[in-house]
Amino acid sequence: MIRFDGVSKVYPGGAVAVDNLGLTIPTGQITVLVGPSGCGKTTSLRMINRMVKPTSGTITVDGQDIARIRASKLRRGMGYVLQDAGLFPHRTVLDNIGTVPRLLGWKRARIQERARELLERVGLEDDLADRYPNQLSGGQRQRVGVARALAADPPVLLMDEPFSAVDPVVRDQLQSDLLALQADLSKTIVLVTHDIDEALRLGDQVAVLRRGGHLAQVGSPAELLAHPADDFVADFLGRDRGYRSLAFAGMPRLTLHAERTVTLGEPLPAGGPPWVLVLDAGRPQGWVRTEEVHRPGRRVLVDDLERGGNVARLDSTPREVLDAALSSPAGRGVIIDDQGEFVGTVVASELLALLELERGQR
Amino acid sequence: MTWFLDHWDEVITLARQHAVLAALPLAVGFLLALPLGWAARRWRTAYPILVTASGLLYTIPSLALFVLLPLVLGTRILDPLNVVVAMTIYTVALLVRTVADALGAVPEGVRSAAVALGYRAPRRFMTVELPLAVPVLVAGLRVAAVSNVSIVSVASLIGVTQLGDLLTDGYNRAIGGELITGILACLVLALLFDVTLQGLGRLLTPWVRVEQARGRPVTKGAAA
Repeated sequence: MIRFDGVSKVYPGGAVAVDNLGLTIPTGQITVLVGPSGCGKTTSLRMINRMVKPTSGTITVDGQDIARIRASKLRRGMGYVLQDAGLFPHRTVLDNIGTVPRLLGWKRARIQERARELLERVGLEDDLADRYPNQLSGGQRQRVGVARALAADPPVLLMDEPFSAVDPVVRDQLQSDLLALQADLSKTIVLVTHDIDEALRLGDQVAVLRRGGHLAQVGSPAELLAHPADDFVADFLGRDRGYRSLAFAGMPRLTLHAERTVTLGEPLPAGGPPWVLVLDAGRPQGWVRTEEVHRPGRRVLVDDLERGGNVARLDSTPREVLDAALSSPAGRGVIIDDQGEFVGTVVASELLALLELERGQR
Repeated sequence: MTWFLDHWDEVITLARQHAVLAALPLAVGFLLALPLGWAARRWRTAYPILVTASGLLYTIPSLALFVLLPLVLGTRILDPLNVVVAMTIYTVALLVRTVADALGAVPEGVRSAAVALGYRAPRRFMTVELPLAVPVLVAGLRVAAVSNVSIVSVASLIGVTQLGDLLTDGYNRAIGGELITGILACLVLALLFDVTLQGLGRLLTPWVRVEQARGRPVTKGAAA
């Protein structure tokens, strides 16, 4: 557990970066510090490993005042991931990952072994081991940055805007991979971002900071979305707060509807509803419009498919299920099971009615 | 050409002396410039003072320095040490700024990554900042090396033998072949220094070459 107790940082000249911050960061969870630029989130993060010295207040890690621990020792016990990775350009991928073990004086063979293990762990191929950072893509560099932070297996991981320098598709992938990694490792992670979506997605706990280094609110994503403490937090969470909160709501018991389906490559039977779902080996491929496709003996081809509808899974959140329904050309959201096979469809209005009902019962 | 063929062993001996008189101060001067350049980088107020002061040293005429040093050092006037010390001063003068700027060229993100991962200052300097400063350092060393090779020839006027002797002697006795040999030998020597330093720089910076060879990031391998 990391505790901020009345921590302030005032720079010479009077600029207040962090103002009397009190915050508890629970062990084994992801805590996200989020806020606009100038809110002191990075300064707060950097105070945890003594890169920035607080003007007043104390920070403790598992009850121990960090001011009493030698800075280099403290830092070697905390992984650190920077924006744009901050890799050493003159060292290969493997040597970058082995940095902290080398500082800790591990044997060469053990460092090599550990670095290769981590390379695989963060989803990079072995043949990248001897590349230099400038030979990697942005996403690959960021993965190496995470591997380097994890090398000595520190209990704490500090991440300073780790995914802000990569494009949205790569960012999405890196975020899911971090969550998967965290499910295995249960590190105490403190992550700084200015992106509220990232904060809500990654954080078990989210601390919203406002300009001047004030803590505006701290809570779980669901709490923040349901009960923002003030206008600043509500504004920061954004306009579609209600819709977004569905990502954290419990899923009501839905009635799944059966659907007329046709297998790809087979002819479409006569009659039937205006939209028919096309399957291939049980997996949904897209919808076809009956009136466009139906001619006696004509087979349904890939070109006939209307794609673009998202699918949701049986264990998806209400947000994903609702999105599947709203994005479907047929107006019915396709639900699949763990194997990716079609199990039924849902209608948006029914899901909304159920959510409404639940809200009434609370 | 005939003059050179008749005297080539003499020219080689002079060139060897010339090389030592230029290279030794280059090495010593570089080692002295390292801490000074580091200090200029470390303390903001030190930078203008150190860079200006060292720059001024370079403006002292070499002949004056050669003649003055025996008085300061207590050496004999013909002692080659005078030349070595004088050349070292010139090297420091050129390299303090180079070292400061080379260290300044290390990306801030890389430096703070090193701090965040738990490097202490001396090791960070030796294994992160210095290696990354090599390209700029080499550029500065090449200038200093060529400058040394050229200035050393003046030492003939105070009787320290090296390739400059060919110039003074060739001029005094009006031997055109000797003069031209002297000039060309200095040029070749300067070129040798330059190529050596350039090669050394390449050897120490393998990561710069892959960047130039590939030009764009490799996207092969795992997605993202």
